[in-house]
Amino acid sequence: MTDDRSRYVPRPTPETQPFWDGTRAGELRLQRCEACAHVYFPPRPFCPKCAGRKVRWFRASGRGFLYSYVIHHRPAPGFEPPYSIAVVELEEGPRMMTNIVNCPQTPEVLVLDMPLEVVFTQLSDDIALPQFQPVGTSR
Amino acid sequence: MKPGSVAIVGAAETTELGEIPHTSQLELHCDAAHNALEDAALGPGDIDGVATAGESPVAIAHHLGITPTYVDGTSVGGCSFMLHVRHAAAAIREGLCTTVLVTHGESGRSHVGRPVLRGGGGLAAQFEQPFGPMGPATLFTIPALRYMKTFGVTEEQLAMVAVVQREWAARNPRASHRDPLTLRDVLDSRMIAYPFRKLMCCLVTDGGGALILATAERARDFPRKPVYVLGTGESVETPMVSQMEDFTTSKAFRVSGKKAFAEAGITPSDVDHLMIYDAFAHLPLYGLEDLGFCGRGEAARFIWERHTAPGGRLPLNTNGGGLSYMHSGMYGMYALQESVRQLRGTAPAQVPEARISVAHGVGGMFASSGTIVLSNQTP
Repeated sequence: MTDDRSRYVPRPTPETQPFWDGTRAGELRLQRCEACAHVYFPPRPFCPKCAGRKVRWFRASGRGFLYSYVIHHRPAPGFEPPYSIAVVELEEGPRMMTNIVNCPQTPEVLVLDMPLEVVFTQLSDDIALPQFQPVGTSR
Repeated sequence: MKPGSVAIVGAAETTELGEIPHTSQLELHCDAAHNALEDAALGPGDIDGVATAGESPVAIAHHLGITPTYVDGTSVGGCSFMLHVRHAAAAIREGLCTTVLVTHGESGRSHVGRPVLRGGGGLAAQFEQPFGPMGPATLFTIPALRYMKTFGVTEEQLAMVAVVQREWAARNPRASHRDPLTLRDVLDSRMIAYPFRKLMCCLVTDGGGALILATAERARDFPRKPVYVLGTGESVETPMVSQMEDFTTSKAFRVSGKKAFAEAGITPSDVDHLMIYDAFAHLPLYGLEDLGFCGRGEAARFIWERHTAPGGRLPLNTNGGGLSYMHSGMYGMYALQESVRQLRGTAPAQVPEARISVAHGVGGMFASSGTIVLSNQTP
């Protein structure tokens, strides 16, 4: 059963707002440094590699692979255990925490390095959460 | 720094460990502090440096009646006390103070007088917390599957870490859990966060500990055998485990360990006794490799072959560790205490003729690290 305590909803800051604007529009957005072309996450107004302040948001492919995860078996507000807490490595290079959804939450199904694609889950009027599912999952 | 120029001259844990519902967190700090003062035959007026984490050093100094000329409130998680020792050694050598008290106390189980932990406004609140992690058991553990796949490590091998540490705990009357464990016991225990089962996760207990440091010249005048600080290291990597550079190795471990060993002028083969902060069963694997005791991917087999078990060539986590001895939340202090006991020759599971001990700590979820090389002899 889903834990009906209220689910945690992130609060954007000015520097991360474009990311959350993106997920609400159905896009996964990352930043790229104009000086050294480094692509990075989480958002910040400068390049963590060269400190360049000319950085540009762009739409990422939304594809990646399963880098690592746990399957949590204990209650958590807004989640139905067991559920995966995962890290996806995006095609563009950065990694991000996520949940793998729309598939059984078992070690047999959740195989490291499996290809994943982004899906967006609306948590509130303003916030859509980027989660991932196995590539080719029909919705 | 000059190896061995500063020493630990007082060391003690709280009078009780485990479940202490009748004592607030502040008084756990102070009970440990008073025990350490007694151990060193000092009074509060003799202390001119205070370092702590989890509580404000202002509160600790005032409550104990200390007027410090040196204060360190470094708070980077469970290894903070390794950093306090490092900073204290530098401060004493520099003449900022003469006698530093490092305290830890945590009502981790009973939550008596424990400051309310807030979620914080960091990036983890936006980019990790929404995905449902519920504390360290669901965050610290995330890198493990990648490590296991990379090196072919099995769940049985992960379970073996807990089995071996219980063997040490069985020799320690102060350990929370002393009954023998089998691999089957560990693998049949309740699933918490796959692949981690309950017995692969640390205990949640109350307790505390304190250390007193002074120059090596003065150390000989104290009642206890001095334990010299030979080398120290510290580093940090990331506040978000998802942003670790490589899930199979900790950059903070490598940087901290390398610095400490170089400063001490030792290599892993010189180490007689080792403490690696074990909040979860995979941490000793990362520690053994990142400190250079094992090659990459070899630590699970090293433990499986009982090299770290009683009678093995590298006694590891001889108090029973966070998995069986105690774990209040910031365990680093207890690793340091066991290193001191081993070098004083007073440990319940005493390693014969231990001369060099290393206490290696982690903070947050692979966020930070501190490494202290100790010896009962000057170089």
